[in-house]
Amino acid sequence: MIEAIKDFYENHNANVHRAVHTLSQEATELHENAREKIAQFINAKDSAEIIFTRGTTDAINVVAYSWGLRNLKKGDEVLLSLMEHHSNIVPWELISKINGLAIKYAKVNNDGTLNYEDFESKFSSKTKIACLSHVSNVSGVINDVKRIAKVAHEHGALMLVDGAQSVPHMSVDIRDLNMDFLAFSGHKMLGPTGIGVLYGKKELFEKMEPFQGGGEMIKDVSFSQKREGCDITWNDPPWKFEAGTPDVCGGIALMEAIKYLERIGMTEVLKHEKLLTEYAVKRMQECSKVKLYGPRNLSSKCGIIPFTVEGSSSHDVALFFDTYGIMIRSGFHCAQPLHQVLKLQSSARASFYIYNTREEIDRFIEVLKEIEQD
Amino acid sequence: MSTVEDYVARIEETCGEEKGVIVTFKYIKRDEAIAKIRDKAQLKNSLSGIIFEFAFRGISFRVFSSGKAIFRGINKEALHDILAALLL
Repeated sequence: MIEAIKDFYENHNANVHRAVHTLSQEATELHENAREKIAQFINAKDSAEIIFTRGTTDAINVVAYSWGLRNLKKGDEVLLSLMEHHSNIVPWELISKINGLAIKYAKVNNDGTLNYEDFESKFSSKTKIACLSHVSNVSGVINDVKRIAKVAHEHGALMLVDGAQSVPHMSVDIRDLNMDFLAFSGHKMLGPTGIGVLYGKKELFEKMEPFQGGGEMIKDVSFSQKREGCDITWNDPPWKFEAGTPDVCGGIALMEAIKYLERIGMTEVLKHEKLLTEYAVKRMQECSKVKLYGPRNLSSKCGIIPFTVEGSSSHDVALFFDTYGIMIRSGFHCAQPLHQVLKLQSSARASFYIYNTREEIDRFIEVLKEIEQD
Repeated sequence: MSTVEDYVARIEETCGEEKGVIVTFKYIKRDEAIAKIRDKAQLKNSLSGIIFEFAFRGISFRVFSSGKAIFRGINKEALHDILAALLL
C-alpha cells in the first residue's frame, strides 16, 4: 500500500478525468481500476455503485443529504439502533432538524446485542430507511443485517449498513445481504486515512441528486441568456457524487490494501481475529478487577473487547498501556448512547487485526495485571 | 522567558463521564517537565515507575512516564494556571 502511494506520486500523479495528457490518462485508469476492485471485493454488480468518499462518516452524510434531505418529509421515520456510532446518528439528527422527520431508536440488550424484536417492531409504513452497524465498534457484536434488510424491504424501506467494522474483518457480499447502501473506511482495512466508500444500488444512485457541486459531477453547465442563469446536467453515477478533485492516490492505495487482504483471504482474517479474541477473553478473565462487556457467545462477535478495570478510569488504563507501547482506545468510542445502555461511564477497548499475535496478548495481560495492582 | 507552551504539545479533553483533561508534554521537554512537577507537587503514590500521582493546590493528577498527564475536575483555563505554577 505504501509502495503504491510512492509509485503514484513518483510516476502517475495527475488529476483524473480532466486532461488528455498521458499522466492524467494513467491516473484515471488507476483510479477507475481501484473502483472496479472495490466493487468486486464486496460483490457489487457494477463499479458505478461505488462512490469514493472521505470515509464512513462522509459516506453516511452523502446518503443523509443526497437521499434523505430530498426524499424524507415530516412524518417519515428513520430507524436506528442505540448501538450506532455517532456517525450513523448525527447526520440523521441534523436533517431531522431541517425536514422534521422522526428518528426511532431500537433497543440494545444488556449484553450489547441488538434487540431484534424491538428493532422489527418499530418498522411501520412511515419507516423510510433503517440504518444499522454491521459490527458494533464498541462491543464487536455482529448484527444480522440480512434479517433487518429483509424486514426493511417488506415495509418498503431502504437499508443502510455501517460497514466500518465489518468490511475490514470479514467477507461482505452486498448482494447476498441485500443492502441498499453500505459505508466503510480505508484506514480500518490497511488503507490510508481520508478515503472511504459508499456503495449504493445503481438504480438509487441514478435517482438521487448530488448534494455537493463542483467539477466532474456535471456533464454540462450552460449559461442561458434567456433566464440569465445556468442550466446544469448532472454526470452519471458514480461521478455525480464526486465533486472536485478526488483522493486519487487514496483510492489506488485502498485497492492495494484490498489485494493484500484478498491474498490472505477474508475467511482467514476473521478466523484469526476470532482465535485471538477467544484467547484474550480467556486470559482477561484471570484478572479479578477486570470486567468484560459484550456477549458471552464469542461466535457472534469480532475482535473487539470492551472492558473496565475496577478503581481506574478508562483513560488511566489506556495511558498506562501507552507507556508500554500498547495502543488501546478509551472513552465513549463515539458511541455514547450505547455506553448509557450498558451503564458505563466510559470503557477501554482492546481490538485485534491480522497483524496481532498471541504473544502480544500475553504481553497485554502482563500489563493489565500490573494495572490491577494500582 | 519560558511559557507553558514551551513544554506542552497538546491539551485535550477526554470523553466519558469522568471528565478529564490530558496534557501531552513536548517530547524533548517531557523529562524536564516531569522533573519540575516532581519538585513542586506532592507525590502521593507511584506505580512501577510509570504512573506518578501528585497533589498540587488541592488538585490531584497523574503523570505518566510517557510524557502525558491527566487532570480531573478542572477546566482548561484553570489548568493553564496550574501548569504555569508547576512548569515555570
